[in-house]
Amino acid sequence: MKTTSAAALLFFASVMVCLIGLLVGGGNFQWPWVAGQDAVTATIIGEIRAPRSVGAWAAGSLLGLAGAVAQGIFRNPLADPYLLGSSSGAALAVALCLSAAGWLGADVAGAAFWGGLLAVGLSGAAFAGALLAVLLTVALAGGVAQGTRLLLGGVVVGVVLGALTSFLVFLAPNVLLNMQGFMLGSTALLNWSAVLRMTAIGAVCVLIAMSLAKPLDALQLGERTARSLGVPLGRINMAFIVLLAIVTGTAVAHTGLIAFVGLAAPHVVRAWLPCQHRALLLLSSLTGGLLLLTADVIARWIFAPVELPVGLLTALIGGGYLLWRMRRVGL
Amino acid sequence: MTTPATPKPLLVIKDLSVSLEGARRSTKVAPVPVLRSVNLAVEPGTWTAIVGPNGAGKTTLLRACANLLGRRDNISGTIALMGVPLGSWAAKDLAVMMAWLGTADAFSDGDLSALTAWDVVALGRLPHQRWWPALAPLTPADEGVIQAVMMQTHTWQLRAKPLMQMSSGERQRVHIARALAVKAKMVLMDEPLLNLDPPHQAEWIQLVRSMAASGQAVVSVLHELNAALYADKVVVLVGGRITCSGAVSDEKTRAAITDAFSNRIEIRQLDGHWVALPRL
Repeated sequence: MKTTSAAALLFFASVMVCLIGLLVGGGNFQWPWVAGQDAVTATIIGEIRAPRSVGAWAAGSLLGLAGAVAQGIFRNPLADPYLLGSSSGAALAVALCLSAAGWLGADVAGAAFWGGLLAVGLSGAAFAGALLAVLLTVALAGGVAQGTRLLLGGVVVGVVLGALTSFLVFLAPNVLLNMQGFMLGSTALLNWSAVLRMTAIGAVCVLIAMSLAKPLDALQLGERTARSLGVPLGRINMAFIVLLAIVTGTAVAHTGLIAFVGLAAPHVVRAWLPCQHRALLLLSSLTGGLLLLTADVIARWIFAPVELPVGLLTALIGGGYLLWRMRRVGL
Repeated sequence: MTTPATPKPLLVIKDLSVSLEGARRSTKVAPVPVLRSVNLAVEPGTWTAIVGPNGAGKTTLLRACANLLGRRDNISGTIALMGVPLGSWAAKDLAVMMAWLGTADAFSDGDLSALTAWDVVALGRLPHQRWWPALAPLTPADEGVIQAVMMQTHTWQLRAKPLMQMSSGERQRVHIARALAVKAKMVLMDEPLLNLDPPHQAEWIQLVRSMAASGQAVVSVLHELNAALYADKVVVLVGGRITCSGAVSDEKTRAAITDAFSNRIEIRQLDGHWVALPRL
């Protein structure tokens, strides 16, 4: 089948790029059979580069899935995973944590203690912030039934929470420096347990999304037509928004705000292989993974030993791709 | 067993008044009623055409029949399908009983680049597919139905073509096929002839007549009066009220139609068919 071979191709390409990713870093490119001789290099590959590469793929897959879900339920080609406010919620949570740590940790002798708590707590806080922001958006929109109200609610939440974050940064400017990694998106801190969490959540959510894909197809014929076909629109919207919040929150919690992967992945799939939502959700997820993984490898390689923030690179690649496609087909 | 002379109505609308949400929220003006005390019965095996000037409430009436009005819309009166109020029907059961085809503008905002004619028509079988634990795949019987309705609407040759690449008329025929694929007891169509060329309009009239002959009830909102005049029953809607409903052969019905359109048309008989001509 066409979808299956496309999925296999994407997966194979991801494995290849991932293998290249294992060999790239810190300016030295080494063949594994050379590197393997050396215990230090083996540790670097096994404990830093490997989780980082696989993690970049997993985070990209989450974002690709979230993008396809968002564009499907809102029937809007410009919808991206962050449109319900999860990014600004996560950013505010991270800023709050960093500020709190700054106030508390400044005089405390055990700064290391706070540092340790931060490392564990930041992901959790970002995840909670993302979920709470989506909850706030849904509350402002008065439920999940009306797409336009949700979009507007998302914009309001994004602007207001963004302003609060700016206020925190204004109060404590040194927070900004610590937040930069989060705002630009980074795969540098991924470890195996983060990879495991992202992969498990991603796999479950892809399966759930695919099982609910048919109503998304029906929804493309308009909300009323979908309802007339017996689609329980309220429950379907709710399911997809919960899914969107969890998937996006998981990605943001581990890699920060990575731009454009979620927006671009479904467009890449549509341009390459027009398909219904069942296939689109799976292929967007795999494409998102491949995109972020590739961007991560390039970010480490291109100016080695200096490493570019991966979010910058995805924004450049994604933006460039969309521009090219816009000029070509009149999106 | 003998069949009764007048079959039991499938759908009964009693004293339906509707005012729509929207204007009420921003301005503090009392909501304007779109439908006022509408009473209507639809019998199985009949084709009903709803006609009336722009803004008469035709689309709202059809949406009310399909239970598709918004939760915030103000509705009074009752609509019952087979004796059961629409609100008491499970969404899925109602979807099996009743197919609805909206006007073309309802389809404009979705992503239609990937959906082919076959995919769209196949969605018409969605009410019949089991949803839990996972959506059941189409059965060979479903596929048979899809092929049959696509043949009937001359869309079979378009089956692999994405909706986006079709002309408006082709797309409209695909949507008609989608509504037919439900194989519902009652089929509601809002301006089904929009963008159809004359041969396909004629085909549609034949199709609807054969559906009625097979026992289905068809209700259609039509601006094409010449097609509407072929219906078993014409419902004339003006300013949210039904001014007349009956057969075209009835003098009163023809007078009501002419009146609804400000006497700018006249209805004549030509070779045994009723035709509406513009009065200049």
